[in-house]
Amino acid sequence: MKYYDKLIFELSKDGRTGYSLPENRWPDKEDGLPDVLKRTSSADLPQVSEPDVVRHYVNLSDMNFGVDTGFYPLGSCTMKYNPKINEEMSSYHGFAGLHPLQPADTVQGALQIYGELSGWLCALTGMSAFTLNPFAGAHGELTGLMIMRSYHISRGDSGRTRIIVPDSAHGTNPASAAVCGLEVVQVKSTAEGLIDIEDLKPLLDDTVAGIMMTNPNTLGLFEKEIHEIEECVHAAGGLLYYDGANMNALLGKVRPGDMGFDIMHLNLHKTFSTPHGGGGPGAGPVGVAGRLEHLLPEPVVTLSPETGKYVISGQPQGAGRISGFMGNFGVLIKAYAYILSLGKQNVRNVGPYSVLAANYVKESLKDSYKLPIPSLCKHEFVFDGLAKANTGDNGTEVTTLDVAKRLLDYGFHAPTIYFPLLFHQSIMIEPTETESKETLDAFIDAMEKIAGEAVSSPSILKEAPHNTPVSRPDETLAATHPVLTFRQRKSSDNRS
Amino acid sequence: MGFAYFPDTEEDIRAMLSRIGVASLDALYSDVPCDVLFKGEFDIPDAMSEMEVRRRFSELASRNTALTVFCGAGAYDHYSPAVIQSVISRSEFLTSYTPYQAEVSQGTLRYIFEFQSMMAGLTDMDCSNASMYDGPTSAAEAAMMSVACSRRKNKVLLSEALFPHVLQVVETYCRYHGTETCVIPMKDGVTDIAAIEAALASGNVAGIMVPGINRFGIIEDLTGLAGAVHDSGALLIMYSDPSSLAVIRTPGEWGADIVCGDAQTLGIPLNFGGPYLGFLCCRKEFVRKMPGRIVGETVDAGGKRCYVLTLQAREQHIRREKATSNICSNQSLMALYVTVYLSLMGPQGLKRVNGLSYGGAHYLHSELLRTGLFEDPFGKPFLKEFALRSAIPAGRLQKALLDRGIFGALSCGEDLVSFCVTENRTKEEADRLVDAVLSCSSKS
Repeated sequence: MKYYDKLIFELSKDGRTGYSLPENRWPDKEDGLPDVLKRTSSADLPQVSEPDVVRHYVNLSDMNFGVDTGFYPLGSCTMKYNPKINEEMSSYHGFAGLHPLQPADTVQGALQIYGELSGWLCALTGMSAFTLNPFAGAHGELTGLMIMRSYHISRGDSGRTRIIVPDSAHGTNPASAAVCGLEVVQVKSTAEGLIDIEDLKPLLDDTVAGIMMTNPNTLGLFEKEIHEIEECVHAAGGLLYYDGANMNALLGKVRPGDMGFDIMHLNLHKTFSTPHGGGGPGAGPVGVAGRLEHLLPEPVVTLSPETGKYVISGQPQGAGRISGFMGNFGVLIKAYAYILSLGKQNVRNVGPYSVLAANYVKESLKDSYKLPIPSLCKHEFVFDGLAKANTGDNGTEVTTLDVAKRLLDYGFHAPTIYFPLLFHQSIMIEPTETESKETLDAFIDAMEKIAGEAVSSPSILKEAPHNTPVSRPDETLAATHPVLTFRQRKSSDNRS
Repeated sequence: MGFAYFPDTEEDIRAMLSRIGVASLDALYSDVPCDVLFKGEFDIPDAMSEMEVRRRFSELASRNTALTVFCGAGAYDHYSPAVIQSVISRSEFLTSYTPYQAEVSQGTLRYIFEFQSMMAGLTDMDCSNASMYDGPTSAAEAAMMSVACSRRKNKVLLSEALFPHVLQVVETYCRYHGTETCVIPMKDGVTDIAAIEAALASGNVAGIMVPGINRFGIIEDLTGLAGAVHDSGALLIMYSDPSSLAVIRTPGEWGADIVCGDAQTLGIPLNFGGPYLGFLCCRKEFVRKMPGRIVGETVDAGGKRCYVLTLQAREQHIRREKATSNICSNQSLMALYVTVYLSLMGPQGLKRVNGLSYGGAHYLHSELLRTGLFEDPFGKPFLKEFALRSAIPAGRLQKALLDRGIFGALSCGEDLVSFCVTENRTKEEADRLVDAVLSCSSKS
């Protein structure tokens, strides 16, 4: 990685061209538009040649760390290997060139992918039907909650406006609930890091729409009391929502449908190997139990038993429309290819190998880092900072942030930090099944060295990272004097 | 049996189990109740080699029909230059996560800053976020944002001239969110500004959403609208096609406060409907109410210019149940598509794209009118997409075009069909479309 200090706008020179477009030989020209409808101001776009564009973005990419660069143990993000064949299949013109409103007869191959992928996700999760329309995990949550509300309202049970969310939940859970018009009620965790059933029970009444659960939860712990939770929530008339963010732990081993969940989402960009792309595009398919099938959002894709063809249709009773068309189809193709490669033989090992890797790292590091909950973990686990509190040269304690930044120097991406909120110094580590023991050993070694440095030379940690293109950014300056565009940047330069 | 994506050997597994202190992989699930452990066989295909996967996809692709696209309606067949695929395939961009660790994410952060700059420039707004899922969901977020910006007002007016799928998504979100929506009927194929002014008088209106280019392809003349909206204390939201903004009057020039829409038109392939790219821009006084990620410039500890995710106090992971949006990630890689596209195009290239689309669309428009089978129901200015009243029923017309490998004549209202021409279409293709129409009519 090397520092490169240019914005594309700074390469611009009037009169340079980076495009290759045909001459305009049409008789009508756009300057025939009425003046009131024409743009008069400049669009502020750069003028750059093609080779300069390519070099600029390759230089930018060189300041980025991806799964293909190195180990990326970001907890709850499932940074597994993204197979290359999937990318190639996704960019096939036979799919990438299809218009979303083409008649179903002309897109049978694409609809078959949609239909079969839905079916395979049902098989792997124990749900009855899936919509592949949601664009991301949070979008899936929102869609699932819309289905939950529709279910109660369709039964005349419109007073169910509260949703129970554990205190360990991802931030998107309460946020999705709020956007869906639900009031969030938090349920506490026990000292063992699991949902406190005694705290849950009194919350369950006829105002509760349901509960959102992540299982294993964000501490990487399996909610062992799932049967009792399921019985209590269902007995109170609520539904169970499964947040699939941590499904990688269970893939091939346990199905949410078999645990009694009514609605769930999957993150195809986590469990099903589609790349994260620097923050998207993802896909967050939502699965439901049989009695909720008619509430899935539209459009829906079904296989007609009469004609043997796939059809696209509306869903008059459904939760509504949550996407322009039929989801991030290009991402669905990648997950489809991944399932074909895994097959029924290899899918059984995804969960176990990811759990093996997590427990191996946890057991290897538990003397150097504080392990608040020592039980068996699933695909991830959480340390609460360094085992020994150490004080840096400037009198402040060596923190989780310092450990994370120092890891970058050792060539690893940092784990998720300061989440979950249950601990002050959370370090959340998820290794995934696609990392070799050698890689895990190298990471363990680096983590131990860092724990040692925290004692011997804390300033190395406090000032880390040292080997990255930039050092720690001044986030306060960014927030108090926001410069969000090149235009603002130029005008603030002029002021100074 | 080995599998290419799993590095663990049997020896590795034994060594790791031994460190953990358990006897078997199954023992790693001893905390799971026995009756929920899945013991059957999964009803999914047998594992395939890479060659078999490739064969399966070519079979599937052969079940699709490649068509010459003369249809828009929210998804446009613009050209995607070769450079884009090359850049977005860089593993460092493709396989990274949201740029939480700024020190090793300057590539992503910097192109998002460039993206924000370009989108703000195109729309003539002060700020842009790092992107949203697609156009319709960005419109839903914009509607909820206008409510968050207002003081206790809870109604959003929607012009019926917006595309139907946009209206449906906004209405779905708002229904659950508890925001009242009211669709203002069109007049003569465009937004009815007088009706909006009347609806404003009823009070409680937080925002008004209108299209820049509407469901019939007409470029809306919004003269006087912003003044009326602002006088009532509401915000003007525009749903725009950013590609068109190289040539048509910008939301900023119309006086809009928030701009949303789909940037698929800026170099993103049709992809059967996704991934596309929602965008959201606004005036600077509203930036702290804007949902989604935002990248800002700062300096590092050594004074070097660098970029970070900023203004995060707005976001779901901080606000949790107090959040006004649940959006977490953006569609970062699609923002890279658009950033590279706009870097290549520049102001002149994007004007050329619009000129070619305008020229082609107006050629097809006049050729179709010359057949005597169509009339222009509204007679208003358009750019690349237009609607005609057809003497031939839409279904039959579309079928006749499909028989010639053309997708066009999308039904968009009673007797109305729409067509769209981008720079990707040639005169020969347009002539073929007109021929197909003529032969369809002579058969009747």
